[in-house]
Amino acid sequence: MNLSPTLAGHALARASLDACVKCGICETRCPVMAATPLFPGPKFVGPQAERFRQGLSVDRSLDYCSGCGTCTLVCPQGVKIAELNAQARAVMKAHHMPLRDRLLGRTVLMGKVMSPVAPLANAVLRLGPVRALADSVVGVARQAPLPVASVQSLGRWLAQRGRSRANGTEVSGPDDQTGCEPDAVGRESGAAKRGQVVFFHGCAGAYFEVETSIKAIEVLEYLGFEVLVPAQGCCGLAQQSNGLFKAASKSVLKLSRALRSAGPDLTIVSASGSCTGMLKHEARQIMGVDDPELADVSYRVRDIMEFLAELDAQGELPHSFQPVDATVPYHAPCQLKGQAMGLPALEVLSLIPGLTVTESGQACCGMAGTYGLKKEKYAIAQKVGAPVFEVFRQAGASLGLCDTETCRWQLRQGTAMRIEHPVALVHQAYGLGTCLATD
Amino acid sequence: MDEVRRLSAEVVVIGGGSTGCGVARDAAMRGFSTILVERADLAQGTSGRFHGLLHSGARYAVSDPESATECCVENRILKRIQPDAIEPTGGWFVALEGDGPDYSDKFLRAMERNGLPHEEVRLALARRLEPRLTRRAVQVISVDDAAVDGWALALGTVRSALEYGARVLRYTEVKGIGLTGGRTSTVHCRDRRSGEDFVIEAGFIINAAGPWVGRVATLLGIEDVTVEPAQGIMVAVSQRLVSRVLNRLRYPGDGDIMVPAQTVSIIGTTDAPASDPDRLVMPRDKIQQMLDCGEALVPGFRQARGLHCWVGARPLIRDDSVKPAETRKMRRGMFIFDHASRDGVEGMLSVAGGKLTTYRLMAQEVVDQMCLKLGSPRRCRTASEPVPPPPTDHFVAGQVTKPGAGAEAPEIEQPDWPISPAGRQRPTGPRHITDRLAEAESTRADDQIICECELVSRRALVSALRRHPDDSLDDLRRRLRIGMGPCQGGFCAARSAGIACQEDAWSAGQAVAALRLFLRNRWIGQQPLVYGELLKQIALDNWMLYGTLGLEQLPASQEVVL
Repeated sequence: MNLSPTLAGHALARASLDACVKCGICETRCPVMAATPLFPGPKFVGPQAERFRQGLSVDRSLDYCSGCGTCTLVCPQGVKIAELNAQARAVMKAHHMPLRDRLLGRTVLMGKVMSPVAPLANAVLRLGPVRALADSVVGVARQAPLPVASVQSLGRWLAQRGRSRANGTEVSGPDDQTGCEPDAVGRESGAAKRGQVVFFHGCAGAYFEVETSIKAIEVLEYLGFEVLVPAQGCCGLAQQSNGLFKAASKSVLKLSRALRSAGPDLTIVSASGSCTGMLKHEARQIMGVDDPELADVSYRVRDIMEFLAELDAQGELPHSFQPVDATVPYHAPCQLKGQAMGLPALEVLSLIPGLTVTESGQACCGMAGTYGLKKEKYAIAQKVGAPVFEVFRQAGASLGLCDTETCRWQLRQGTAMRIEHPVALVHQAYGLGTCLATD
Repeated sequence: MDEVRRLSAEVVVIGGGSTGCGVARDAAMRGFSTILVERADLAQGTSGRFHGLLHSGARYAVSDPESATECCVENRILKRIQPDAIEPTGGWFVALEGDGPDYSDKFLRAMERNGLPHEEVRLALARRLEPRLTRRAVQVISVDDAAVDGWALALGTVRSALEYGARVLRYTEVKGIGLTGGRTSTVHCRDRRSGEDFVIEAGFIINAAGPWVGRVATLLGIEDVTVEPAQGIMVAVSQRLVSRVLNRLRYPGDGDIMVPAQTVSIIGTTDAPASDPDRLVMPRDKIQQMLDCGEALVPGFRQARGLHCWVGARPLIRDDSVKPAETRKMRRGMFIFDHASRDGVEGMLSVAGGKLTTYRLMAQEVVDQMCLKLGSPRRCRTASEPVPPPPTDHFVAGQVTKPGAGAEAPEIEQPDWPISPAGRQRPTGPRHITDRLAEAESTRADDQIICECELVSRRALVSALRRHPDDSLDDLRRRLRIGMGPCQGGFCAARSAGIACQEDAWSAGQAVAALRLFLRNRWIGQQPLVYGELLKQIALDNWMLYGTLGLEQLPASQEVVL
């Protein structure tokens, strides 16, 4: 089979393999290679094996790659290792696609089905027999952390808020999700002094990690932005990482159009760290999606913490933070680091008086999107995540921070701690709510 | 004075290129006791220094229909008897804008006339199949070209010869040929590694020394075997840019063939007279010319990572109707010199000309003629009997040993699909670029990759070392492809030398000497391409080998290293 639908991206990555000097730096940083001998490693499955593939599926061991992208990030020669691997995986999946991987790509569907019946759906997913069935029939590891559907979707919260604002009353975020204290402080709603921004919530931000979306919106509004939330779908990342390039390309283009519909030239802000990466570079570099609308969105999209850090760099972020006297562990997800924007969460959190943030210093928590959910990868993902869990537990805090959704599921399960997006502490420090009680 | 060792054979073949190996196989199959002598390694000369093209005959359809037909027939025979050495990639003849319709018309007529299979490929389809092909392509005709590995071809032929009882003496130089009553009777040899002189009593001699065939004839005082070596330069880049052979659809000229050979792409070749086949040169402007020719067929060729360049000498026969400077117009066909009729020396035939593609036919014809002279006609069977497949002991069948028993959590050491013993059988049938990756995948749990670029396993290396303890690193390279990938031996050469010590095949001093020689030889073909990505590799390799390992300071063995 020829790799025709993805050739644009493939030619780009394939040309980069010429730059490999075999130094092995990628191997020393690959979290999966350190955890299992089943994965031949990024250098092997990337620039080395690619010379032998000719667009055919030959080596299934490449599927042990979690797609965390650490190899591409650390390669001093600029070899697109993770991209090559993702492309070869797509060819493999064209011949061998488990139903499970197809399902895991359908994130919107999962949210739409589960959210309206959240208590029931969550309860069902906690049932041993159900998980055993999912494990044996579908191949989702029975121990793997699954998302907890939010009772209230972001859409409903926005709609309700719109109604109550019209009535002159305010609602705050649902407190049963995170245990956060609701706060009674009113906001300067509607007083948009700094113009408009578009909020991109991602699938998880709409149905599972709704609290994070709400806090991000509230922080943006507190800063004086008018937050527009156009109707939007999935970025296709889960489909892409499972090798479904065609469907993923369709999703990302549709999303680009939706985000652009809110208005030209507006900054697009998201609290969904991995989906932001899909828009910024993965769709183009992995799948070769070459589209002006996507390019426009790529240029405009910002991770929420990146956006705040940029405001600060321009002297436009108010430092009116209330102290948070605590030490909190933080893990910068692989898919965030791949965006090559440094660690903006650390920059912004360092402005909060009293707060000490310890960084995990690890490449990946093991989840890498949907990798850690898969039956045959679960144990590897746990082993990859173990050093991160350890740093978090050692911190002696009740709260840990991480920017991406599935990583938070992984860390919640691995540490039994409460794990939030870093924006939650910004939200608290601006006096918009209490996420972490301190003495 | 010590008595020199004496061997004897009914047939002594001089030259271990594709033709000499083919002659040895053919003679041995016809029941002659046969010894082949080669002054270096098998297929180290012309048969290992070409672009890797198995001709379909199309290249010669217009200029030399006889060669074309021979190539067409032999192409099919070799695909059948030596599938392990051939990847049936297919080939295209591509006319570019400005090439003009002249040649294309002649070409199609000649292909028809000679019954050579061909088919016009629609441009839209051609672009889909070969996306890197230049947009300047205006006409594409597909033919039966293929990629062939000269070393695998010669080694396969020799395996067959050995099975029929032939002896093969590598690194053996012919120093003289003895005559008894106007008839050749002895071949005087020197083992270049041990320095030992010995004699082979020969019933008949076939001189198949390729470009050196004239030099062997001078040992008999025959000065006018006029082989006109023509040298051709080839350049390889480090990955396959096309998946089939591309030929320019125009009069044969420099740089008109690009071959996807194994994992690399080769552009070739130039054509210039060479006075001495031992002293071929690679002028820089010719290398630049080849890169330009590559760029013309595949835009971006110059940006691809240069890998290696080399020069080979074609053993063309001087044709007095062609001026010496115009070697390309000389006959590609074979030529047999009957030294009895032309020089009055019985008992020796010299064979030259021809092409790698027609090596089997050349062998058949020269052995036929020998049989006639010996009054012992025997039927040739080389076209119908396949050569034995490569040794299988590095494809050991059996249970897979599970890695990492002990500290590792057992549940994650199980792959989610079985590594079946069946998956590790030697691949049969035509070679494909994916073969070695598939093999590496099937043995990944219990073998180690030594040459990462070309996926050569430790087991394959150790097996070759045990079988051929006298092999140099370059000999192992020709056998296994170590050091032939992008890093050009920067990593695997030292690893291989270390393993040879570990396996007690070499002493430490021998290993150092072997490593130095190997790297020196690799450098010859790298040096003209030191730009871009290759430059970075060379810098890293030099830091490792000369900086960290201190290769120039290590004590080396004083023995002769070949």
